[in-house]
Amino acid sequence: MSRMTMAKALNAGLRKALEADPKVVLTGEDIGRLGGVFRITEGLQKDFGTDRVIDSPLAESGIVGTAVGMAMRGYRPVVEIQFDGFVFPAYDQIVTQVAKFHHRSGGRVKLPMVIRIPFGGGIGAVEHHSESPEAYFAHTPGLKVVACSHPNDAYWMLQQSIASDDPIIFLEPKRRYHEKGEVDETAASLPLHRANLLREGDQVTLLTYGPMVRTCLDAAAAAQEEGIGVGVVDLRTLSPLDLETVYSQARRTGRVVVVHEAQLTLGMGAELAARIQAECFYELESPVLRVTGYDTPYPPSRVESEYLPDLDRVLDAVDRSLAY
Amino acid sequence: MTQRGDAAEPDRARPESPGPESPGATSPGGSFGAVPRETEPMVQLLAPSGERVEHAHFRFDGDDRTIAGLLRDMVLARRIDTEATALQRQGELGLWSPLLGQEAAQVGSGRAFGPNDVAFPTYREHGVAWAMGIDPLTLLGLFRGVSLGGWDPAELRFNLYTVVIGSQTLHATGYAMGIQRDGRVGNDDGTDAATIAYFGDGASSQGDVNEAFVFAASANAPVVFFCQNNQWAISEPTSLQTRVPLYQRAHGFGFPGVRVDGNDVLAVHAVTEWALRRAHAGEGPTLVEAYTYRMGAHTTSDDPSKYREDDELEHWRSRDPIDRVKTYLLGNQTIDQQWLDDLAAESDRLAEHLRRGCRELADPSLADSFTTTYAEEHAPLAAQAAEYAEYVASFGDPDAEVTR
Repeated sequence: MSRMTMAKALNAGLRKALEADPKVVLTGEDIGRLGGVFRITEGLQKDFGTDRVIDSPLAESGIVGTAVGMAMRGYRPVVEIQFDGFVFPAYDQIVTQVAKFHHRSGGRVKLPMVIRIPFGGGIGAVEHHSESPEAYFAHTPGLKVVACSHPNDAYWMLQQSIASDDPIIFLEPKRRYHEKGEVDETAASLPLHRANLLREGDQVTLLTYGPMVRTCLDAAAAAQEEGIGVGVVDLRTLSPLDLETVYSQARRTGRVVVVHEAQLTLGMGAELAARIQAECFYELESPVLRVTGYDTPYPPSRVESEYLPDLDRVLDAVDRSLAY
Repeated sequence: MTQRGDAAEPDRARPESPGPESPGATSPGGSFGAVPRETEPMVQLLAPSGERVEHAHFRFDGDDRTIAGLLRDMVLARRIDTEATALQRQGELGLWSPLLGQEAAQVGSGRAFGPNDVAFPTYREHGVAWAMGIDPLTLLGLFRGVSLGGWDPAELRFNLYTVVIGSQTLHATGYAMGIQRDGRVGNDDGTDAATIAYFGDGASSQGDVNEAFVFAASANAPVVFFCQNNQWAISEPTSLQTRVPLYQRAHGFGFPGVRVDGNDVLAVHAVTEWALRRAHAGEGPTLVEAYTYRMGAHTTSDDPSKYREDDELEHWRSRDPIDRVKTYLLGNQTIDQQWLDDLAAESDRLAEHLRRGCRELADPSLADSFTTTYAEEHAPLAAQAAEYAEYVASFGDPDAEVTR
């Protein structure tokens, strides 16, 4: 066990993957000598060389499109997109090519690639640096989408994603990069596509992922002080959803609040609410509620704290759920 | 089959940049519907009249029997195209993208491949597939709607057809970067490999194609960018895509670009082979612009009479890629009428193979889609697959209904 930040845990996970399989290559802008804008790849080019850790030209579609070709040649590319809002130039390649090759080839072509995207807000950044694009990808058949929330998961989920034969969108909550946690390098965390019940609670279940996991745990602790039992599920995987865990917790409490930073409409919350009402209708005590960003573009950072779900908004939703 | 050993020569052979006032740089709209003329020098080794032409830097080294083999491939590629077009008209195919007029560009380049080279086609490279020895029936699944491609690119060294314009140029570049990492360039021992990315003049406007040029140049990747400039991107002439001749684009990215007479199978073969040899030797990417003409429609859904003038087609008919080879080979008596009759008979057999095979292509099952979307399990999709199977089963056995 060692205590480290999520940034260090991701770095350690990449290092392990590079050591374990010579076919793993990292590619992206500034990931070499600089170590990436968030320093996630720090020191890796020095240790593994420029053929394994590739400073790419500044072109996102090119980064992803060439990674497709490398994957076809038998490599396992791990792509770094610098910021969430910069993934869209590569969106065409991701959606029309990365996601579809396995299907188009009748299962003959595998594209084992990971596209790492630092996502979400809360760091006082300028525009295009704080977005939550997960629903676009989770909506696309052929892609798998995961989000880590804790250094231990970051370390293990990244290695599990690189080992997967499916293309994976790997979302990293950038505002949690520097929060520390225990990493157990000897024992793997949960399987990649399993949700994690982080906190038990009998009255309300919070379903969340990525940067909002910490917020929800804090809200649950605050609710406990008022005598309200709130459970917290870290979804970890957005496609495929671990519906088994979702349903079991919804049935247990009968009250569910979904929390995410991404916009409300057609977001992950909409999918979860629809699934839960279809499957657990008679066991629900209240409608599934959502606490999310608003249906506006991500705001200027001076007001982002009002846009982002926080402890008070989550607790307010818990109260509303209990009021039914 | 060129004798060229000095890779730097084609740079010297490259014509001077004509500048924006040159006839090659037309103003937008000014040439709409105009007859494209060859205003730029281009590599030619067999003139439309059927006479061999000398070139300072490129030579076709094969003998006349080899040239007869190229003629055979072009004739058969054209027949595949004619037959598939007919099958579309009969309702057997949902769509077809004709190659009529581009046989020399496709057969000439496809025949230049080495045993390790890998093609990344658009959706029109039926002649390349043929030249690589791929049964044309393989290509029909996509157009009949029984698959989305379906073949094994690794086995055929011929990637899936790419409908989104230009995407495959990046795949070819990335694959070439993999070839580099595998140490398969510069060995000169027969193991060297390269990729060849096909695209059209319209695709040259796409960001992905330009990004592929940047990545290939930056990595010095073993990739040949093979642009078939067939003058039209559906209804839009090349003048709407570029102000400069397309082959010149390469110079701005830092690698050689060569324009070749795309209707001259000997020249296309020589130039492609040279570009592949550069790639194999570790000398990096090349852009080959095969200057040619799509004599038919963009696809069978298209009506070129709405946007092209008849005299343009006539001009290009006089440059038919098959006629000049036939004239040459008949002239020097490498082939005779009997040879052509035999080829016509072979062509008929190929057509029958396509007709029969097309109708015999099995429809897929929607159930297959659930299993090929992901390589590994996706539980919610597996649940949908089970629901679908249950729904289908609820109708009972349709054959049982009939016999009851």
